[in-house]
Amino acid sequence: MPSLPDGLVVVAKRECPTCTLVEPLLAELTADGTPVTVYVQDDPAFGRGATRVVDDTRLEHSFALDVEIVPTLIRVEDGREVERTYGWHRGDWQRISGRAGLGAALPEVRPGCGSLTLEPGVAETLAVRFGRAKFASRAVEIGAAEDPEEACFARGWSDGLPVIPPTRERVLRMLSGTTRDPGEIIGMVPPDLAPCTVEKVAINAVMAGCKPEYLPVVLAAVEAALIDEFGMHGILCTTMFCGPLVVVNGPIAQAIGMNSGVNALGQGNRANATIGRALQLVIRNVGGGRPGEVDRSALGTPGKYTFCFAEAEHPQWNPLSVERGFARGTNTVTLFAGEGVQGIVDQKSRTPESLARTFALCMRAVDHPKLAMAGDALLVVSPEHSRVFFDAGWSKARLLEELTALLQLPGDEMVVGAGGIAEGLPLSMKGTRVPKFRPGGIQIVRAGGSAGLFSAVIAGWAASGPVGSTPVTKEITT
Amino acid sequence: MNGPTVLLDPTAELAPVARALSARPPSLDGKRVGILDISKARGNVFLDRVDELLAGRGITVMRYRKPTFTRPAPAVLVQQIAAEVDLVVEGLAD
Repeated sequence: MPSLPDGLVVVAKRECPTCTLVEPLLAELTADGTPVTVYVQDDPAFGRGATRVVDDTRLEHSFALDVEIVPTLIRVEDGREVERTYGWHRGDWQRISGRAGLGAALPEVRPGCGSLTLEPGVAETLAVRFGRAKFASRAVEIGAAEDPEEACFARGWSDGLPVIPPTRERVLRMLSGTTRDPGEIIGMVPPDLAPCTVEKVAINAVMAGCKPEYLPVVLAAVEAALIDEFGMHGILCTTMFCGPLVVVNGPIAQAIGMNSGVNALGQGNRANATIGRALQLVIRNVGGGRPGEVDRSALGTPGKYTFCFAEAEHPQWNPLSVERGFARGTNTVTLFAGEGVQGIVDQKSRTPESLARTFALCMRAVDHPKLAMAGDALLVVSPEHSRVFFDAGWSKARLLEELTALLQLPGDEMVVGAGGIAEGLPLSMKGTRVPKFRPGGIQIVRAGGSAGLFSAVIAGWAASGPVGSTPVTKEITT
Repeated sequence: MNGPTVLLDPTAELAPVARALSARPPSLDGKRVGILDISKARGNVFLDRVDELLAGRGITVMRYRKPTFTRPAPAVLVQQIAAEVDLVVEGLAD
């Protein structure tokens, strides 16, 4: 940006009626010899009567001057801005120009119009074009004839589905979703233990399809995944099924349009789909965690593309975030090393006792009905099922207590060889009662559509607990 | 005309931007080698000699031919080559 020309500067666009209103004044402004320079955003034929008209259709000058409204009038002395006004305010224009009778025939005030620099999507383009946006990440220039989506596949950046090409404009827009410094390192991502900046998360969030307002949730999810007890390295490299499942609590879920209702664990909601995917893309791209390399899962699970939903919070049950020690209303992510969704069908139970027994029986299937103290469980209770507990006054804590009691299982049926099955617990467990889950190994959330007497159990990694992965909860900040 | 498309690297930047060529096999022993003739005039004279030299070293050689040098190989031909041989010799241009 060259220094400003002395005299008066007017930034305008033909499309703006207030600009055309003041156009006839330009000649009058130059009458005493004051140089008048017009920067015009749309039509270089605009500005008759000015000393000089500068074609600013690339918006370089308008952007450098931070013009928000046209017309903008600026008085410049010795190359420096002294004063400015915008729109048409007769008194302001008369004072700044020093011409007392200016525009006497015009109305006293006319508001201006929005500068083209503020059209949706334009600001980021200009910030990149004119060098105001700086990135630490390496720029990858793709071939002129190369398809950007295919280029992302070819470079190994995709999980198998198309990604949004992470252009600088998109990354800049994504970074507007957080107040955090793009250069802030939020942790070391396994398996490569590569340092991960806010900017790298933003790039991967772009590719996943996130909106900028999802970025704080993605950042919290990545930070949670990097907490040591979550054991992300093991979750990635295990031959078992699991991947990081994200449960979102607090008002942010509704604010960004997350789904906690119909088909909450399924497809179709952008926030659910892309937040979970962004986390996995960070693991893949920043951490270097790719299937067949360090990811050795025998079968995997579709949730390793993305697995993220919000809890359908209800006043009668503490949300997961509260159970995990946060105040109600706090925005949190809770990460769980989840496998697949196992449906629980019970359309006949009308008492909490009966329904809890159903849950307990179905939860025995985690890992294997003859194994215990291995994988955790995330129980997802649907609204229709949760109503059975609400009506009977059972809190979530009460349900957890009852399930824990119901899941003290007979060792006789579970030891190796029992039932003609070699798999099972050590023979020493014979004659004892065996807890199916480790203490703290059951999480309960409420989610789902309003119709359907169905719930679900999501098995955890068989190496749950301190040996492998413990669920973690992190507050979402801005 | 806009400038070139620039993407920001989503990775930890542990590998160079330029993609590496596939690793070269240390030896041709036990490998099946395809020879792809792109149908340029007299390309077969050169490729026949390559065939002779490889066969003389006891290497299994399979011959393939593109319908025309003006277009990329049909997907079916590419898939057939990929399924039948371990590596391929292809002559480009004149």
